[in-house]
Amino acid sequence: MPVNDDLQKAQRFREAALPYLDDVYTLARYLLRDASDAEDAVQECYLRALKHFDSYRGPAMKPWLFAILRNVCNAEYARRAHRPSAIEDTPGAAEQTPIWQESEASPETEVLRSRDAGAIRKLIDALAEPFRETFVLREINNLSYREIAEAVGAPVGTVMSRLARARAMLRAAWTAEEEQAK
Amino acid sequence: MTCDEARILLHALLDNELDAGHAREVEAHIASCPDCAAEFAAQREMQRVLADTNLRYTAPASLRARIEASLPQAPRQQPSRRSVLRGFAMGSAVSALAASGVVAVVLRQDDQQRILSEVVSAHLRSLQAGHLTDVVSTDQHTVKPWFNGKLDVAPPVIDLTAQGFTLVGGRLDYIDARAIGAVVYKRRQHVVNLFVSQTSNTEYRTPKTETMQGFNCRRWGNRGLNFWAVSDIGADELAEFVDKFEAAMKANVEG
Repeated sequence: MPVNDDLQKAQRFREAALPYLDDVYTLARYLLRDASDAEDAVQECYLRALKHFDSYRGPAMKPWLFAILRNVCNAEYARRAHRPSAIEDTPGAAEQTPIWQESEASPETEVLRSRDAGAIRKLIDALAEPFRETFVLREINNLSYREIAEAVGAPVGTVMSRLARARAMLRAAWTAEEEQAK
Repeated sequence: MTCDEARILLHALLDNELDAGHAREVEAHIASCPDCAAEFAAQREMQRVLADTNLRYTAPASLRARIEASLPQAPRQQPSRRSVLRGFAMGSAVSALAASGVVAVVLRQDDQQRILSEVVSAHLRSLQAGHLTDVVSTDQHTVKPWFNGKLDVAPPVIDLTAQGFTLVGGRLDYIDARAIGAVVYKRRQHVVNLFVSQTSNTEYRTPKTETMQGFNCRRWGNRGLNFWAVSDIGADELAEFVDKFEAAMKANVEG
C-alpha cells in the first residue's frame, strides 16, 4: 500500500537524517551568517533530502546532506546577489593572500590566547568563501578530506590547499586582532 | 620537499590524513626547516584552541518541529485507550455501560483534537514551496478527474472564482494515517485548504470554527463526507467560504 510505503520511508529518513540536524544547522549558520536564513535553508534541505531519499545510496549521510544544503545556500546567495545590500565575497582577492605571512614576533613564543566562542565565530565568519566552507567542514563538522571533497564536489588536492589557506588566513586575522588588543 | 609543499601538507599531517610515507617526508622537512617547524607548531596550537571551544550551533526546537511536521506522520499509538476500556469491562455491566458512554465522548473529542492538529499541520506543510498542489488547474473539470482512482471517494471540486475564492488545484494528503483529498483555493494571497474525507455518518453536522496555531479551521459534515476548511483568513471570511461552498454543492445536487 503506497501510504504505508510513504510512512516507512519517512520513518527510515527520520532515523537516518534527523540525528544530523545540528550539524546541518551549524554549517548553514556559517555559510549564510544569518540565523533565520539558516533555518529556512535547513528546512528546505531536509525537504529536498526526503524527496531524493529513494536515490540515496550512501556511503555517508552527513556529506550527502551537506551537499544538498550547499545547493540550497548557493541558490540563496544567487537570490541575495540581486539585492543591493548583498554581502559580496571576493574570493579573487583572497586567492592572492599569501599562504603564510612572516610575523614579526618570534613564532615559537607566539601563543594564541584562548578566546570566547563568539569572538572565534566572528573571525571564521570573516573568512572568504570557499575557504570558510572548507574550514568549517573540517574543523567544526569533522569531515575527512575525502568527505569534504565529496560534499563540495572538488578534488582532494583542492580541499587541502583551501584548508591550508583558510587556516593561514584565520591565524593571521587572529594574531592581528591580538596585536591591536595590546 | 619544498617549503611551499610543506605549508600545505603539514595540515594534512595535523589532520592525520597522510599515509605513513608522506607523513615521514613532511616530518623530515619540518625537522630540518625552522620556519616550517614554527608554522606547524602555531597551527597545532590553533587547532588545539579551536578544539577546546564549542563553535557548533544547536538547531532551534521550532526548526526541528517544523521539519518533523513536514514528514508523513505515522499513526500515533494509543495503547492507553484499550487498557482503559478493558478496565471498564471488569466493572459491573451497568457501570460499564454508563462509563463507556463517557469514555466514548472523551475519546471522540480527543480524536477530533488530534485530527484538527493534523489538519493544521497538513495545511502548514502545503504552504512550503512546491507542496501546495499535485495538480494545478483553475478548471474543476481537470481537478476532479485527477482524484479519480487515487482515493476511495473523490472530493467534490467546485469552482468558486465567481464567489471570490479561486480554485488553484488539488493535492493528496495524509490525515489520521489515511490518504485524503485536499482541494486548494485562494482568497487574494491567502491559501484555503479544503480537506475532504469519507465518513459513515451521512447526517448534516453544522459548521464549527476552531483556532489552532493562528489558523482558523471550519469543520462540518454532509452527504457522508467530513470537511475541514483551513486558512489564515479571518473566521468570518472562512465562514463565508463554507457557506458559498455548501450553497454551490446544493445547487449542483439539485441541478
